[in-house]
Parts: sequence; structure tokens; C-alpha cells
Amino acid sequence: MVELKNIYKYYNTGTVNETCLFNNFNLEVKKEQFISVVGSNGSGKTSMLNIICGSIPLEKGNIIMDGKDITKEREYKRLKNIGRVYQNPAFGTCPDMTILENMSLADNKGKPFNLSFGINKKRIDYYRDCLRFLNLGLEDKMDVKVGVLSGGQRQAMSLVMSTLTPIKFLILDEHTAALDPKTAELIMELTGKIVKEKKLTTIMVTHNLRYAVEYGNRLLMMHQGNIVMDKVGKEKEETQIEHILNMFNEISIECGN
Amino acid sequence: MIATTIEQGLIYAIMALGVYITYKILDVPDLSVDGTFPLGAALTALYISKGVNPYIVLVLTFLVGAIAGVITGIIHVKLKVRDLLAGIIVMTGLYSINLRIAGRANVAFYNQDTIFTLFPLNKILPEQLVEYERVILLAIIVIILKLLLDLYLKTKSGYLLRATGSNKTLITSLGKDSGLVKIVGLGLANGFASLAGGICAQQQKFFDISMGTGTVVIGLASVIIGISVFKYITFMKHTTSVVIGSILYKACISLAIAKITIKASASDLNLITAILFLIILVITKDKKRRVRQNG
Repeated sequence: MVELKNIYKYYNTGTVNETCLFNNFNLEVKKEQFISVVGSNGSGKTSMLNIICGSIPLEKGNIIMDGKDITKEREYKRLKNIGRVYQNPAFGTCPDMTILENMSLADNKGKPFNLSFGINKKRIDYYRDCLRFLNLGLEDKMDVKVGVLSGGQRQAMSLVMSTLTPIKFLILDEHTAALDPKTAELIMELTGKIVKEKKLTTIMVTHNLRYAVEYGNRLLMMHQGNIVMDKVGKEKEETQIEHILNMFNEISIECGN
Repeated sequence: MIATTIEQGLIYAIMALGVYITYKILDVPDLSVDGTFPLGAALTALYISKGVNPYIVLVLTFLVGAIAGVITGIIHVKLKVRDLLAGIIVMTGLYSINLRIAGRANVAFYNQDTIFTLFPLNKILPEQLVEYERVILLAIIVIILKLLLDLYLKTKSGYLLRATGSNKTLITSLGKDSGLVKIVGLGLANGFASLAGGICAQQQKFFDISMGTGTVVIGLASVIIGISVFKYITFMKHTTSVVIGSILYKACISLAIAKITIKASASDLNLITAILFLIILVITKDKKRRVRQNG
């Protein structure tokens, strides 16, 4: 499905601060896998997502999606097939436009943005159904500007919007980190439901070890640009938070903390 | 006096609609309008003198202005020059181009037909309204352009334009190139500015190389006045506010000149324009809410 092959990524190239993040990094994501990724700050989780999406350039290596080499494709072209939810709830929606307008924008992903009317009246009921699924009462606020919604409501909308059209791949970049515990819980439940219902191949980066354990069918732990733990299927189901914590501590001791 | 002020306000309103696209929707400060406004005037001087139909000249000025705007966009997006500098580059270059198009710094075409002389209304209007015949024609043009812009902003392409200004990340997520949207927006905005310059030249029946100085300030002032005055009237469209803002601004300028008429001369106009703009900025405290971009 998605394959990262022999990835080399350096930061601050050509300066005294040059650091190597990925040195021959490899990862294969299989179809309908839901991967939770954990790891300390600077371990390369977000960089990995950025490399898949093409948000940052890389020194060497190949990115293959569905058998096609997309290494040279620009970010916006790759995102035609990828849905991405960011940590900041503001990134996924347009604050100056209404809920209906935002939903229409998202619904048009992959189709031409031409001079036909932005809102398709026949689709409004469908948008309402999608929003009703969130259980936040947004379906009755179709003409409200998204800018007045709370962070949690916006993040819920971002999630719905990024999965509204058929996508091959869903990327969740610490998408519950900026929310209060209760809202985070709600967004996580919604994520689980949507991924299951649409059978999406997903990578989720999170700092919440419980989410990492409870959700998904594969678990990765990253450290200094390497995968130090990779549990799939049954092995993943048996993994407890304690195991991850122990691993975390071992790594920290190695670093001298 | 009142008629002249409204005429000026309506003509500059067309340009202000363009500035509204770049400043308010796209969040790009575009200085190239200072060059595209006189570009429209220069083209008008050239073609009207040659006897081309004034209405066709309007279409031409829009198209050529749009091309200039697209060039600003390409410099900014493709060559990665900052938006402000890209505008300055195009504005500076256009000064020479405008001189070449018009042939010299001043061109008058008093004896040629313009949209105003060809306008059939002056024969049907009652006598007391004849003074306002230009206002009526200009109002018709402005309303048509405003409605077209409103309509465009409701299309899918218009949605993309609106979203680009407030959240570029979302555009990328939708699999679209936000740079391309910016180029389209800048083209549209400068088309409007050039069209306004062309109509301005047709109304005055002459072209002057310095007529573009301060265009961007007038445009920004109109947008900011209009939108802040009608902030609480939620059913009013921003485009309507901008048009009225432009007329209000021209009225303020006329008043300011009339009040200090003993000392002021035509050359003081730009100083008055600048000071008035500063006052408006301070009063309205124009602040914007944008989504911070990552990386």
C-alpha cells in the first residue's frame, strides 16, 4: 500500500548543526492497517508523516504508493489520495466559511474546482447525516461560520471533512493533542468508528499510550529515526501500556536521562 | 460637485473590489494596482484615439490588466519573491510600459466617443437628472461587476479563492495548488484595477502617467472603511460595503479639500489621501484573524 524505502533525511544540511534523522529508514504499510505510532519528541514521527505527504524534501530514498513511485510528486498532488488531520484544529477547516461551505469544499476534493455553484443542494442531507454521526449538534448549524466553533467541534469536522471523499490513506498527526481529555476521548472514538466503517489504511501519531494500545492493529515505537518496536495483529493486541512504558524507560536510560 | 464625487467613488469602487480580493480574501498585499490602474488608462488613451469602440476597450483593459496581475502572481508564487516585492517590481516596470503604450506622459482625447457619450440614456432622462447621467451609467457598471464577483465567489473556484486566504493548509489537503489560486486571484484583482483606470480615463478624457499614484491606498481605505462601517449589518455583502466605502472615502477627501481650500492645491491630494488613510487605520484598528501556517 505505502512503502518507505531506504529513506535518508538530514536537517540543517551544510551547517555545523547538521543532524541525521533517518539513516536508511524503511517502513511498509499494508492495506487496511491502522498503525499507532509512539515515540519521544524528535524521534521522527512527524517527519515520517511529512515525508509521506511530501511536506518536506528528503535526501535519498523512495516513497511508493500502490506500486507507484511518488517521491517526486508535489505535496498537493499526493494529498489527492491522502486525508490528513493536524494537531491544530484550525488547519482542517476554513474559519471564514460556514459549515455547509466547508463540507462542500471537502466533498469536491479530487473533482475540478470550476465555475459551477459551490453548494450542491442535493448533497446537503448527506452532509447533515455525516455531521449527525458526530453527535455534536453541528447538523443544525449548517449556516454558522466554522470560526466560532470550539476546537473540539472543529477537529471533529476536520476528521469528517478529510474522510468525506474516498481516500487511500489517512494520516492523523497527534490529532487529539490540543484537546481537553473528554473531547480527545470523543474524537478518538469517532476516529475508530470512521476508520472501521470506511476500512481506511491509517497512520496515527500519538503521545497518549492508552490510545496507542486501544486503537489500531499495529503499533510502532520510534526512537532517533529508527523503529524500535513493531507489533502487528495478535502481538499488538497483547501489548499493554506497561510494555511500552518499560521500553520508553530503557531508551531513556540509553540516552543518559 | 456631489455628482463628481459619486462618479469618482464609483470608478474607484471597481478598483476597490479588486483590492478586496487580494487584501481581504487572499491576504496578499498587492501593490501592482498602482501600475495596473494607469495601465488601463494608457490602453484606453491608445485605443480610443484610434477610434476603437469604447465598450470593447473596457473588455481589453480588463484582460490586459489581468495579465499584469498574473505576472505579479507568477513572480510571487513561482519565483518565490515576497508578495509585497513582487507588486513593487510589476508596478515599477509598468510605469515604463504605460509610457510606451500611451506614447507620452499626457494624452488627451476630448473629441473622441467614450462610453459616456455613447450612452443612450441622456436622451430619455428628465432634465433635472441629466447631471447624473454619468452616475447612472457608472452605477449600472459597478452593480453588474459587483454581482458578477458575488456570483464568482459562490462557485467552486470562488470557494477555493476564499479558503486560500484563510487556510492554505486546507487547500493543499484538498489536493489543490494554493499558488495557482493566488495567481488567479491576483489576475482578477488587477483586471478590476485596470478596468477602473480605463473608465477613469474615459470619464476625464485624458491619460496622465501619474494618475496611478496612491491607487493602492485609496483601494485599501475603501475596503477598510466599507467593511468596518457596515460591520454589524450582517446581511450586507462585503462587496456592497466596499462599493459604498469607496464613495464614502471620496466624499471624505472632497470634504477635506473643501475645508482647507485656501491653502490646499491639487498637489496636496496625495498627502490628504495618506493622512486620511492613517486616521482610518487607527480608528478601525483593522486586525485580521488568520490561521497560522505550519513550518
